[in-house]
Amino acid sequence: MEKIGKRGLGVGLVFGVLAIVGAVTQPAAFYQAYLLGYLFWLAIALGSLVTVMIHHVAGGAWLLVGRRIMEAAIRTLPLLAVLFIPVLLGMRYLYVWSIPEVMEADRYLQMKEIYLNVPFFVGRAILYFAVWIGLGWALTKWSYLQDSTKDPLLNQRMRIASGAGIVAYVLTATFASFDWMMSIDPHWFSSIYGPIFFVSQGLSALCFLLIVLVKLARYEPLSGAVTDDRYHSLGKWLFAAIMLWAYLMFSQFLIIWSGNLPEHIAWYQRRIGSEWKVLALLLTLLHFFLPFIILLSRFVKRKAGILFKIAIGLLIMRYLDLFWLIVPDLHEGDFVVHWLDFVVPIALGGIWLSVFARTLKDRPLLVLHDPRFEDLLKKEEGGRHDE
Amino acid sequence: MSQPTSNRALYGIVAEYADDAALLAAAKAARSEGYTVMDAYSPVPVHGIYEAMGGTRTKLPLVTLLGGLAGLGGGLGLQVWVSAIEYPINVGGRPFLSWAAFFPVTFACTILGAALASLIGMLVMNNFPEPYHPIFNTPNFDAATKDRYFFCIEAADPKFDAESVRAFLKNTGAEAVSEVEP
Repeated sequence: MEKIGKRGLGVGLVFGVLAIVGAVTQPAAFYQAYLLGYLFWLAIALGSLVTVMIHHVAGGAWLLVGRRIMEAAIRTLPLLAVLFIPVLLGMRYLYVWSIPEVMEADRYLQMKEIYLNVPFFVGRAILYFAVWIGLGWALTKWSYLQDSTKDPLLNQRMRIASGAGIVAYVLTATFASFDWMMSIDPHWFSSIYGPIFFVSQGLSALCFLLIVLVKLARYEPLSGAVTDDRYHSLGKWLFAAIMLWAYLMFSQFLIIWSGNLPEHIAWYQRRIGSEWKVLALLLTLLHFFLPFIILLSRFVKRKAGILFKIAIGLLIMRYLDLFWLIVPDLHEGDFVVHWLDFVVPIALGGIWLSVFARTLKDRPLLVLHDPRFEDLLKKEEGGRHDE
Repeated sequence: MSQPTSNRALYGIVAEYADDAALLAAAKAARSEGYTVMDAYSPVPVHGIYEAMGGTRTKLPLVTLLGGLAGLGGGLGLQVWVSAIEYPINVGGRPFLSWAAFFPVTFACTILGAALASLIGMLVMNNFPEPYHPIFNTPNFDAATKDRYFFCIEAADPKFDAESVRAFLKNTGAEAVSEVEP
């Protein structure tokens, strides 16, 4: 993990220099790529936050071995808050409504000005990060506290905070998706956009967790704790998340397709009525059908090696999905791929991964004194297999 | 006194136990003795008993998959046939073969097919309906729904020999061992 951290930092710095060169010479392309990369890595941290909260509320054994990995991802949220600043600097390249001349010329946009204005946008972003960082800070702190105090009451506290936290997360993530992605085309709107945003985040986080878990399961202390049953549970989650993603994406498409109204359909015309349709087809096949068919099998869900490959494939698909959602609007439907679109996400990823690796190392890898984990170990010694 | 047991037609020999641990141990022992056709009866689920008896994975998932595929083909086929071939209606100028509109019904039919196949397949695989089963000839078998655990080695077992099975079951800590007629 240390090696990954150092390598990540190295890659981050090299690509970071390239990215800065790009930022100076081609700011529009740079900010587009920055938003893509930023949302990709933010998804892993935020998805981890909501997955951990779901686990606290719903219970079960499925996340006990992976919780510390997700908690390390959650604790990178302050870094991600800092990394959001360039998005604010590049607003005029990303969000046309932030340019006063555009606003003045468009009566329709003027009616939305009460929500779509720069100060309110910045204020909302501050609020979102305050909620996310606050929740993440409390939950990871209590979880860590349990290592030393072994206090079972902390579970109760984490559960209550998570119940309220899920509601807060759903609200903030919905509005964040409206602000940061949907408002790129300020004329278009879709009320299912928020769920698509946060289900995608959960999916990203699960893929990332599986990748790290498979890598770390070769070493102590995880090697003994990560059994096939744990992989099976996470595999089922992955399967469900893919289906939910496909369900939401299709629901949005079906409703807009059936309505066929000018203010809605333009968004799809840019994405499937143009060269972008190749990407749409690719997403349908590789983000849904292929992993769906592979994961139908119980055998596959219990095989770490196969899950690892599926998780990597799906993370690439997550990036392409963001690409498909964001880029067409910035080029009026023209198919444009820029070298910065790959350099900037890798630079951000290198930096993020190095911080993640250092955060992960700070704390024990297992929540050893969570009473539920103790129960689980006892049960498995007795040869019993409860999910 | 009694006639030689091997001459009588038997369904199997049943042992009765007081707790699940003894039942589980008996199943494991029977398996390592080489018996293959056996069954356990218990008032509560006993973890690991199925594996202990050498149970294999059920074929039911395959039935479910086939049911789902049949539902998918049927649902999609019906819509294509009705709205594109047999009775085409122009709805808002959309193409007759509008796959997006067919999707929800196809999806629902897939689920329906898979669910029905699972239910019917499960019942068929469990020999439903089966109004008579010899295991109920076991003395005190009613207790299997209350507080007793029963384990049966069936006569269909190729290694079945009444004398040795009886001796074996007595050694597993059974509280009672009885021969059960078909």
